[in-house]
Amino acid sequence: MVAEETYVPIDRDGDIVSARQKARELATHVGFSGSDLTLIATAISEVARNIVVYADHGEIVLSAVQRAGQRGILVIARDEGPGIPDIERAMRDGFSTGRSLGLGLPGARRLMDEFEIVSEVGKGTTITMRKWTR
Amino acid sequence: MPVPILKQGDKLIASLQSDLDDKDLMQLKDEIAEKVGRFKSRGVILDVSILDVLDSFATRTLRTIAETARLRGAETVIVGIQPDVAVAMVQLGLTLDGVLTALDFEEGMELLLATIEGSHHGGG
Repeated sequence: MVAEETYVPIDRDGDIVSARQKARELATHVGFSGSDLTLIATAISEVARNIVVYADHGEIVLSAVQRAGQRGILVIARDEGPGIPDIERAMRDGFSTGRSLGLGLPGARRLMDEFEIVSEVGKGTTITMRKWTR
Repeated sequence: MPVPILKQGDKLIASLQSDLDDKDLMQLKDEIAEKVGRFKSRGVILDVSILDVLDSFATRTLRTIAETARLRGAETVIVGIQPDVAVAMVQLGLTLDGVLTALDFEEGMELLLATIEGSHHGGG
């Protein structure tokens, strides 16, 4: 029996691996298969790394959701890090202030069906993503 | 868990593990650079067939490993990128430009031999 909601603390780079493993488990349970599982796991890897690199620690909450009979996965990645001063710029391909390619967040947006980011400087960042089964 | 690197003749072979974290990748990068020099290796095979995710950090590190090895005189072939992983990489906007890739270990070894042979004769 797989729980409908999973909480993964993100404190170090090893947690990125557990976050995507747990996401894969839940997404399989929800009914995703094949390449969708990989797309979800990769998107989670990117947002989890964003937490480790920029905020040191945070959390990812994974839940099974439904909309008009369609099953999906909801991913909330939350941190209380420095926040992103210019979200528009951070969401542009190739922009990075850390050790990434600058493809992390815009890439994660392309891999999921829905993507929202709310960030306040000095308070932190929350990314909400959803993907629906086909 | 650190990635074991096997020496086979003038080649190094590393099979990446599924639970590979960032530290393991960074360590692999340093060890390949060091071992290429110590064993005077001419070629490196990185087998990623077990990996179910290649995100932007992993892709960049693989590219760095290949570029570092080339500066040390060895060619690198990345083998075994899974179809779903390839699809995700393209959507993410990730490329492995300038890095040799092959479908599996066997084809990677052939490509590596051809590439090493080619560079022996001045590219001709």
